[in-house]
Amino acid sequence: MEDFDDDEFDGPIKKFMYVNRKAPYGTVYALEGLEVVLITAAFDQDVSMVFVDDGVFQIKKDQETTGINMKNFSPTYRALEGYDVEKVYAEKESLEARGLSGDDLVIPVEVLSSAELAELMDAQDVIVSF
Amino acid sequence: MDYTVNEQTINADEEGYITDISTWSKDLADTIAETENIDMGDDHWEVVNFLRDYYEEYQIAPAVRVLTKAVKKSLGPDKGNSKYLYELFPYGPAKQACKIAGLPKPTGCV
Repeated sequence: MEDFDDDEFDGPIKKFMYVNRKAPYGTVYALEGLEVVLITAAFDQDVSMVFVDDGVFQIKKDQETTGINMKNFSPTYRALEGYDVEKVYAEKESLEARGLSGDDLVIPVEVLSSAELAELMDAQDVIVSF
Repeated sequence: MDYTVNEQTINADEEGYITDISTWSKDLADTIAETENIDMGDDHWEVVNFLRDYYEEYQIAPAVRVLTKAVKKSLGPDKGNSKYLYELFPYGPAKQACKIAGLPKPTGCV
């Protein structure tokens, strides 16, 4: 995908939401989900990313992965801004249940309650869950 | 498609991206550039070093659109545009420069 002109795409813009529910390691969902978001970000759609349940651990600061022999890919979430993915949300209840707050995360997120998230989800054209 | 640099074999995949980023060296970069028909000058090195810094920070190779924007922000509009970057790396600044920089194929490059 090599675009010479940023303004040449002129199709309908849909609202895509990517929901991340799983812990970062142990399954491939988190990393695959992140790659899908980075790839689809090239198509100039309205993209948002949500972290709920154990998915909030994906963006937790200070991940130490040498013991499990995995690459720590949490720095890559900080690249989302450069890919123009600026709508990032985490569920308040999920954070609280795990003793986390916005300060524990590698990127700034908007913290929404379960009810607020449900409303936001209702407004999407496409929801992809990982 | 492996490379031989200073009598050492460096493993690469079928497209020429090295498989272990820690095996990268400046000599290797010159060797890869040669197979890509690129004569590395200061301007090429500036982009290659920029990519290596980007990877260090974010752990991914950026898509070309993202690279262009990041170069613009850091090195100015004279360099942060498609024309300039494609002149340096005619087969795609992200793909070719990433290969020379020893990074994986860019994420978001279909």
